[in-house]
Amino acid sequence: MTDTVATQPRPQKKASRWPYLIPLVAVLALGGVFAKRLLDVERGVEVNALPTVLLDTPVPAFDLEPLPGHAQGLKNEDLKGQVYLINFWGSWCVTCLYEHPVLLKVAAAGDIPIYGVAWRDTPEKSLAWLAERGDPYARSGQDPNSKAAIAFGVAQAPESFLVDAQGIIRYKQAGPISMQDWQTKIQPLAAMLKAQQKQ
Amino acid sequence: MKRLVLLAAALCLSGAAYAVEPAEMLKDPALEARARDVSKELRCVVCQNETIDESHAEIAHDMRVLVRERITAGDSNQQIIDYMVSRYGDYVRLSPRFMTSTLILWIGPFVILLIGGFVVAARLRQAGLDPDLQIPDEQLAAHSEMGDKT
Repeated sequence: MTDTVATQPRPQKKASRWPYLIPLVAVLALGGVFAKRLLDVERGVEVNALPTVLLDTPVPAFDLEPLPGHAQGLKNEDLKGQVYLINFWGSWCVTCLYEHPVLLKVAAAGDIPIYGVAWRDTPEKSLAWLAERGDPYARSGQDPNSKAAIAFGVAQAPESFLVDAQGIIRYKQAGPISMQDWQTKIQPLAAMLKAQQKQ
Repeated sequence: MKRLVLLAAALCLSGAAYAVEPAEMLKDPALEARARDVSKELRCVVCQNETIDESHAEIAHDMRVLVRERITAGDSNQQIIDYMVSRYGDYVRLSPRFMTSTLILWIGPFVILLIGGFVVAARLRQAGLDPDLQIPDEQLAAHSEMGDKT
């Protein structure tokens, strides 16, 4: 059973080597793709975020019930003519906990109003969350069956959209807004949009 | 034995369980069938590779309900899929459309098959076997006799 096969003389033809390079090239190409993804993660690029198709399009129509005890709900027509941030959140959402203090600070600074959509939640739980942790929202609406969330293409809470005075979505944040996100991305853009509005 | 067969059948069939809850279903079986078709085209947006028909995610549930509401309201299957694509982008389609960015998905396998074919042809030639060579019948016969003896 030992190497009897190897003793056979092989044909003395000049072997072409190029087919052997194909797997090597393929592996290198694949490695390049993986390396890019890993570097993206390292740099904090959201690799799993869905592409934002709604960017630079009019905000979807919504008309949401108010939370119990709140006078006003949330209606897109009422919000026209101002630059605002609309934030989808839920008391069940863990990363919303991380985002909440940032929203409180932003609301206190008063640059732009934040409107809250209590997504897939009971009004009791939403109210309890706001009572316990503070309410950054100028107005709140309920979206118990994801009507508004689907219209905005929201996949996971929290997600936020910066809307300009013409009702056009100018920025989308998938995932929690950090103080850095606010200072480096959203605040400058909001300031620019407000300046445009005054002209 | 009969019990075993029944059990096996039950286990096999249970593999086809879906996430659709009885309360979600439409009364009209034809409309419900359409809802299932549409749901199988749409990808659950939080679970990467499940249809909303299979997914137990809450957002998938709400999307299924929306699909049924739209069907009841008289939308066509295509209108519903187009609406979801207008919200979530092409990501939400489970079968990618034929376009420039998906070209590699559609023609990639054929290109690889072609490359494979060239490699095989090159190897055969290298081993001294011309793939186009017609082997004379008597040689072929001699070969199969040798094969018979072993």
